[in-house]
Amino acid sequence: MHSTINKYSLVCHTTKNILCGCLKRHSSHFVYHPEPISNELGKTSKKNMYQAINNAMDLVLSKDSNSVVFGEDVGFGGVFRCTSGLRERYGKDRVFNTPLCEQGIVGFGIGLAVAGTTAIAEIQFADYMFPALDQLVNEAAKYRYRSGNLFDCGKLTVRTPCSAVGHGGLYHSQSPESFYAHAPGLKIVMPRSALTAKGLLLSCIRDPNPCIFFEPKIMYRLAVDDVPDDDYELPLEKAEVLIEGRDITLIGWGTQVHVLLEVAEIANKDFGISCEVIDLVTILPWDKQTVANSVKKTGRAIVSHEAPLTGGFGAEISASIQEDCFLHLESPIRRVTGYDTPFPHVFEQFYLPNKWKCLQAIKELVNY
Amino acid sequence: YRGINKVNYTSNLNINEPSLNSTVPIFRVLNDVGDISNNCKSIIIPENNDLIKMYKSMVLLSIMDKILYESQRQGRISFYMTNEGEEAAQIGSAAGLNSNDLVYGQYREAGVLLFRGFAPEQFMNQCFGNVDDLGKGKQMPVHYGSKNLNFVTLSSPLTTQLPQAVGSAYSFKRSKVNRCTIVYFGEGASSEGDAHAAFNFASTLDCPIIFFCRNNGYAISTPANEQYRGDGIVSHGPGYGIATIRVDGNDILAVYNAVLKAREYVMTHTRPLLLEAMTYRRGHHSTSDDSTAYRSKDEIKQWSIKNPIIRFKQLLEKNNLWNNQNDVEYEKETKKQLMQSFAIASKKNKPNWREMFNDVYHEIPNSLFAACIEMLKALEGKGKE
Repeated sequence: MHSTINKYSLVCHTTKNILCGCLKRHSSHFVYHPEPISNELGKTSKKNMYQAINNAMDLVLSKDSNSVVFGEDVGFGGVFRCTSGLRERYGKDRVFNTPLCEQGIVGFGIGLAVAGTTAIAEIQFADYMFPALDQLVNEAAKYRYRSGNLFDCGKLTVRTPCSAVGHGGLYHSQSPESFYAHAPGLKIVMPRSALTAKGLLLSCIRDPNPCIFFEPKIMYRLAVDDVPDDDYELPLEKAEVLIEGRDITLIGWGTQVHVLLEVAEIANKDFGISCEVIDLVTILPWDKQTVANSVKKTGRAIVSHEAPLTGGFGAEISASIQEDCFLHLESPIRRVTGYDTPFPHVFEQFYLPNKWKCLQAIKELVNY
Repeated sequence: YRGINKVNYTSNLNINEPSLNSTVPIFRVLNDVGDISNNCKSIIIPENNDLIKMYKSMVLLSIMDKILYESQRQGRISFYMTNEGEEAAQIGSAAGLNSNDLVYGQYREAGVLLFRGFAPEQFMNQCFGNVDDLGKGKQMPVHYGSKNLNFVTLSSPLTTQLPQAVGSAYSFKRSKVNRCTIVYFGEGASSEGDAHAAFNFASTLDCPIIFFCRNNGYAISTPANEQYRGDGIVSHGPGYGIATIRVDGNDILAVYNAVLKAREYVMTHTRPLLLEAMTYRRGHHSTSDDSTAYRSKDEIKQWSIKNPIIRFKQLLEKNNLWNNQNDVEYEKETKKQLMQSFAIASKKNKPNWREMFNDVYHEIPNSLFAACIEMLKALEGKGKE
């Protein structure tokens, strides 16, 4: 007779055998892989991600006099320091606090953009974007389309810290990108590093479409790169192949890219498996071609994200790979993601799709 | 205390009952029989030509409403919403604005667009979604927009336009272009969270914006007393630190003067103003609604006597600017022209189906090119059958 696993048996088994030793706080669940040093974009200096983001907004404010930065607590520098020094440099009519109201922030930003002002809005945590869902999905995303291009809010960029931070619990950890990925008209971007954060944010701000820029908050201080001092833009809608490989394609974005990079190293070193690692960069509209080309070569794919499995963006990518690469696939496509639970506080290390879960999936698919 | 300017203490523990506050009076210029009240001081009466233009616009709007309402009943267009009873609120306010002030509307403001010069045929092009519709056939009827006439394209979600209008007003303030924004909304829409957001942002960020509420007594079937329990919408103003005006929305001269004054106020003070126009929705909510299911015919009849068009006409007649003969001729000529425009608009082709994929983004993404090719294959397949 099978013993059924119900919620009681799960709790009993796990608390006794596994949980007890692991409840210590981990500093982070990944190893940051700094960007390779390059002089292609001119002189560089060491910056972490929040400094790179701050620098990007500084450049925009200095070059475009019709640009403003606003949100909750951005005036004194922001709760993550991303806007520090900007109000002093550009005045409080250009860098200002708003009342505490997310639907107001996004609606206000749309109106600025409609009137021709470059609007850089901040939502304090991605977890708190939902009150603005209507303004983002029904309004921002559809502005150009519904007006026959008479009006648009392409000058709007919404920046927001997202993803796991070690102890954020339910409302300081979410990765809600897939909710917005279902809204044609938006662009959704998530950088993996200080260097890409600056270049991609500048691209978002100048892109003639409304953009949501998700900033993995765990990297604000942890991600340090040699970041070009000059103005530079990185392409949207373009995935990046970070490691070339033969046996399996690993696709992720944001923090998870670093988990996958480490997994690829271990897989190669310990098991002789050659992984190709892709940073998707732009969630919407996403780069199908780069992903399909890779999977046609390797024949296997894993998509990994922190957000829950069901309805996560991994589902979209998997379905698309299946359509485009059917004859090339040697194994099922696997999604290694957060579980279909709210994001828990003390169980974060168990919840996250960490390197061991990814490695396990790689071994299973390669031996399929 | 931060955020409170003058502080008084009291040793009396009193509950501040809202019922103790008096109801804000309604400003009016014309009485029910079209006479200008003797007590009205420093009001502005437009030039005779302008008065006639205002009157003709109201009549034109009501005739266009009748034609398009009937055409929906005959299945020629899919949907329509009339402006019956609210012509004065719309035309009066439009006349009080500068033509480059940016308008954000809800959906019952066609008169504003009409007064600014949107041609009847353009309204009809939109309702038919034909090849000349500026919106390219993508939205339901009555979702008008005009870049040239500074009228932001309407959308169905209620109240979303309010915080947006505040953002545009902030933009105008910074660029010092002597423009303000005006945003129209119904008393039902005022219950949405976005209304709260907009009032508060406009006040704390000092935006030159006129919030124009059309309080017509109903939100579809919900009467206003099930929408709020305060003194209407105007009572929201003081709580946000916003100046207010309450005006008789069936009195075009009162609305005109109120908006003139409101505009002067928002521009000189760089502050928002909330204006509540009291009126009555005489027509059904839309062509999908039969309003006799929730209100009596007597009630509707009672308000039809207070028709803002008749009230204004009485003034014009008393000043020998208009008479019944003029009415007959103008109506006949207008109907003829509108029917011609209607016939032309109804015969125009719809836009090419490829238009469906345009303007989702500034540029067409690869995925939509692919979708367009799929669509083409499907159409070719259909052709072969």
